[in-house]
Amino acid sequence: MSLPSEEVFMSEQRLLLGNEAIGYGILVGGCTTITSYPGTPASEILASVATLKRKQNLDIHVEWSINEKVAFETALANSYAGRRSAVAMKQVGLNVAMDPLMSAAYTGVKGGMVVVVADDPGPHSSQTEQDTRFFAQAAKVPVFDPVSPRDCFSLIQKALDVSEAFEIPVIFRPTTRVSHARQDVWVPEEICVEQKPASFEKEPTRWAATPKFRFLLHRALNEKLEKIAEKEELQPELLDPNQNEEGKVCILGSGVVLTYAWEILNELELLPEVPIYRTLMPYPLKRSFLDSLLQKYERILVLEETYPVIEYQLRNLDRVFGRLSGNVPYEGELLPETVEDIIRNFLQLPSRERVQADEAPPRRPTLCPGCPHRASFYALRKVFKKGIYPGDIGCYTLGLNLNAVDTVLCMGAAISQAAGFYHAFKGNITKEKPDIVATIGDSTFFHSGIPALINAVAEDARFVLLVLDNSTTAMTGNQPTPETGKRASGELSGKKISILKLVEACGVEFVREADPYDVKDFIEILKEAKSFVQEPGGGIAVIIAKHPCLMDKEYQSQFKRLKVRITDRCKSCHYCIDNFECPALVDVPGEDRVTIDYSTCSGCGVCVSVCPRKAIVIDG
Amino acid sequence: MSNSTTFQQIVLGGVGGQGVLFITKILAQVAIEMGESVLVSETHGMAQRGGIVVSHLKIGGFMSPLIRPGTADILLAFHPESVLNHRHFLKEDGKIVANSPDSGPLSINATKLAIEMGAPIAANLILLGFALSKNLLFCEAASIEKYLSREGMKNVDVNIKALRLGISKGEV
Repeated sequence: MSLPSEEVFMSEQRLLLGNEAIGYGILVGGCTTITSYPGTPASEILASVATLKRKQNLDIHVEWSINEKVAFETALANSYAGRRSAVAMKQVGLNVAMDPLMSAAYTGVKGGMVVVVADDPGPHSSQTEQDTRFFAQAAKVPVFDPVSPRDCFSLIQKALDVSEAFEIPVIFRPTTRVSHARQDVWVPEEICVEQKPASFEKEPTRWAATPKFRFLLHRALNEKLEKIAEKEELQPELLDPNQNEEGKVCILGSGVVLTYAWEILNELELLPEVPIYRTLMPYPLKRSFLDSLLQKYERILVLEETYPVIEYQLRNLDRVFGRLSGNVPYEGELLPETVEDIIRNFLQLPSRERVQADEAPPRRPTLCPGCPHRASFYALRKVFKKGIYPGDIGCYTLGLNLNAVDTVLCMGAAISQAAGFYHAFKGNITKEKPDIVATIGDSTFFHSGIPALINAVAEDARFVLLVLDNSTTAMTGNQPTPETGKRASGELSGKKISILKLVEACGVEFVREADPYDVKDFIEILKEAKSFVQEPGGGIAVIIAKHPCLMDKEYQSQFKRLKVRITDRCKSCHYCIDNFECPALVDVPGEDRVTIDYSTCSGCGVCVSVCPRKAIVIDG
Repeated sequence: MSNSTTFQQIVLGGVGGQGVLFITKILAQVAIEMGESVLVSETHGMAQRGGIVVSHLKIGGFMSPLIRPGTADILLAFHPESVLNHRHFLKEDGKIVANSPDSGPLSINATKLAIEMGAPIAANLILLGFALSKNLLFCEAASIEKYLSREGMKNVDVNIKALRLGISKGEV
């Protein structure tokens, strides 16, 4: 654990999120280009860098990129030019950036480059529990695994040094519990980012290597990895320097899960008997270290999330207690209580009696009151009573609650899957031809919807597409999109990219922009779209449902709140509760009509158009 | 590891929009200023859209950000459902301080009091004040009040009023 050093008079102790500590570490480590695409649990990394840039007036380039691949390549070029760079994303974002990563491992870098990829064991907010350390192995790049916010700040600087010394991009992999933990961290009050001159030395056999030279780059990469594995200051260390290396058994692992182990051993008063070896860099590991561990200890417990990455690197698994021996679960987050069970089993101690969690009433996430997406989904279901509804990744995944989302695969898939469903049913022998209505958010459309739309038009697919355009990346904390002309640190670029023009340029002939708050008009447009799709000369119909997100602070100041009231015409039929699903419309037992919860009601007034009995009215 | 003498593990539970994170941050910041080491675990992302929100706050010589079931000293329950949701984190003699329609020795109807005060959002601070009045937390009400009134803090008057209301209800 890092403690205040001699520079303490220049430092301040701050309560930082792991992601904010990473932001500090990136800047103190000298990065001059920092890029990202937002995604939980990684979103606060670039946000903290952008805030520091603004507050301390730093001369660096910070951008919310259109997607992770673009973010990666933009940062990489800065490192080709001899300057330090960082790119941040969530774990599934790396799937999008995998193409440049695989190749960049071969070309290497000049200035240090750290690829921060936040994993999400659980998962809490992701489609998969994939382990980025495994991807690092596939790409053949070193990977660092921090255990705490304090550790994030210092370890990422070490990672940047390794990257620059060996001219190789490195991965820095926190998990949700590190990214979203807060801790007191000593950081400099004023940040000074070292500015190296940008200079690009042409070297075609490297930067533009053809297959012949790629073989040589591959060999050089393998040599780099061997040297990095040997490096003294990157060797596994005792998590707690007060522990000794005596004892018959030990724990080996990486990441936050080791801190759970420490607290459990501390409580059992077994810290002196069971040393915890912490690998700063779970890949590549030094062979001789692993062999010496196997010689020294009778049994070894391997604790790591989420795949057996360290375990696979051990040559002899006979005395290893872990996933491959069936003692550590293969899926799910390793919570402290799970780790306690594993450790007690490993040490042959009786298991701990534990109070089980109560069966609490379920509480599902919902779209916010006043969310324009709710209005869009309601209208969609009014016009398309039966159909297939491919959905996408964002707040509007919660269209699930309104039965308006049938599939959620990955970013941008709503459009390609809508096309795929069309082709599947086109010549259907049963003659069943469902309506296909896809929904995608504005930021996701920019991220990876555009190629899918061009492809669908070129292949003459037929479906209705709603671009749910709230002019922000809402789910992850309202980051700007290319449509807004705003940049990461709040500066205005003035370059606004129109979704309408983009859709037209993709070759779509039916494009309308409408406000879903005007429910009646919106329904009419959806009906037009439906007939256009079915016409002989028709095609794909795109409706851009445009209304700002109510969580957007700027919009909040302009938003006109209506005073909505339920009259005695309400017969408590619950049509609004069942089909509109606004959290502010509630059924209070004993009341003869639906009640508005004014503590959550946004005053959007959309429900007025929903009630079949016109029992909801606007006052004044 | 610090040389701390104070050890306290607090679970703060509620639903999205109740300001659970805000209270967590206040307590964590005050602990740092008392010279303690602090670790916090927070809920972010989709769960914040009206779902269950929980923070773990650990003060003293801890290393992990999470509290193990059966070890927490205190549960601050900002929503009636939070008691059921998070009770299992408490150790045997752990205490629950709850926002609940029925008031009792360790429960208070903070939601109702906040509405009567004209600031429904301040129920979180009423509950915090109530907990402070019971002398269960690692810090004193004065330190929280000092923190809420410092430069750069928003809604100082309402926040202090809510905190004091909670304290006075607890002292009765």
